[in-house]
Amino acid sequence: MKNGPVALGFHALVVSFMLAPLVVVCLVAFTPADTLQIPWGAYSLRWFRAVFAHGDLVSSFVNSLVVALLAASGSVLLAVPAALAIARHRFPGRQALNGLLMSPLIVPHLVLGVALLRLFALLGVRGSTLWLTLAHVVIVTPYALRLMLAALAGADPAVEQAARSLGASRWTVFRRVTLPLMLPGVTGGWLLAFINSFDEVTMSIFITSPQTVTLPVRMYMIATESIDPMMAAVSALIVALTAVVMLVLDRLYGLDKVLVGQQ
Amino acid sequence: MNRSRAAPYALSAPALLLFALMVLLPLALTALLSFQQFSYESGVQGGFTLAAYAAVLGDGFYWEVFGRTGWVALLATLICIAIGTPEAYILSRMRPPWRSAFLLVILAPLLVSVVVRAFGWSLVLGPAGFVNQFFEAIGIGRVRMLYTPIAVVVALVHVMLPFMVIPVWTSLQKLDPMVENAALSLGASRFTVLRRVVLPQVLPGLLSGALIVFALSASALAIPGLLGGRRLKMVATLIYDEYLHELNWPLGAAIALALLAVNLAVMLGTQALIEGHYRKRLGA
Repeated sequence: MKNGPVALGFHALVVSFMLAPLVVVCLVAFTPADTLQIPWGAYSLRWFRAVFAHGDLVSSFVNSLVVALLAASGSVLLAVPAALAIARHRFPGRQALNGLLMSPLIVPHLVLGVALLRLFALLGVRGSTLWLTLAHVVIVTPYALRLMLAALAGADPAVEQAARSLGASRWTVFRRVTLPLMLPGVTGGWLLAFINSFDEVTMSIFITSPQTVTLPVRMYMIATESIDPMMAAVSALIVALTAVVMLVLDRLYGLDKVLVGQQ
Repeated sequence: MNRSRAAPYALSAPALLLFALMVLLPLALTALLSFQQFSYESGVQGGFTLAAYAAVLGDGFYWEVFGRTGWVALLATLICIAIGTPEAYILSRMRPPWRSAFLLVILAPLLVSVVVRAFGWSLVLGPAGFVNQFFEAIGIGRVRMLYTPIAVVVALVHVMLPFMVIPVWTSLQKLDPMVENAALSLGASRFTVLRRVVLPQVLPGLLSGALIVFALSASALAIPGLLGGRRLKMVATLIYDEYLHELNWPLGAAIALALLAVNLAVMLGTQALIEGHYRKRLGA
């Protein structure tokens, strides 16, 4: 069935609404002027140079990168065995375990942020990159776990049983059969965890200290003080980075499957 | 036998430990914190008091902030339903290469940091922004949108729309287009087909999308923080101020727990409603 002209017009409006702020930000980033305006004719990279000369932004970018790399890897290390337990075993407390591991999707990040602030204050670990990373592991694990559960649901357990009955040890079955079967879920989950950790602002704003401020938190702080085209240049760089991750995700796994979830 | 019974617990132990330490324990500590005494001179004290809850319930200012957050989130949710549902239907009727391409265009902003998107909207809606340039060109004159609920609602709709499109799209995938064709060939009008065939099919997806959008909108921090300015307080920015500026943590904890309770009630309540609806339809 085809969409009528009214439907296509509506669709065009929705698409431009979704793209407008991102396109405007990327255009403004190239302005040669001191004010936020779209450059007509003259382009300049001066605001990109300003970004790289801005010490706080660069160090926050490094913080974000380190935290996101560690948090994504940590969440995969936790989610692979947890996904195996949930998908391949029936045991008392299975539903509760699944609910707890998915809870960061339901408990607002704001509430997690203030709760962790209290914990970190009592433990005296505010300003620790390790604890910030652990907090990020918690909030990105649901994304990794969901993709792995979907990958395991699509893999026939009979294959693993066959390997077992032919004399393979549990470890060999995992290494040679199960892990390769769930590999798209693992890589897709890692990338999705990475980008979600890299973008996280609402929880991090409460639990970062001046030394561990991540890039989105730094941008939030800058944007509440003053806004100049440098913010547009950072934003354009983030949009570009996100686009690269999306292209890789799409190649590996199919981006629509990652975002819509498995049916 | 014993080994395989312990296996799932051993496999999930690391994740379970981390979540107990980083989710359950901090939430319990925050619940305790909300009952502790506070004074501006000596900070958080021990003891047990309902002072924080009494302060929230007894002050019209907090009611106003909760009320504003409620209607802003509700308005964003209604607009997401009005835009997201037809858009998901239009997408599902597109031909293959276009369908997945446009689905990506609608969903991809989900992966771009919310700070970037809020900043983008401040450029579009600001006093010298592109919407105001358009308004001036057609003779309406400048309209103040930034630092008003308009900007907050617009940006919330932009951020939340994918969460509406995804569940509606998912439930539309289960609808056989032949059923629509059958209804049309039996003489139903296009409108009747939409109302009697398509709408009942997407209703569960629409409801679950709406409750996700409402819950996320009610607890969003960066958007009201950047587009609402300092004067337009919402629950999330209020909690931020109590924790990081006023340093009245017990009061902030009480408000945060109230927000969590409302969110969980909306989420779990609607879920129970949807499941009840399904059970009735299955006749069980």
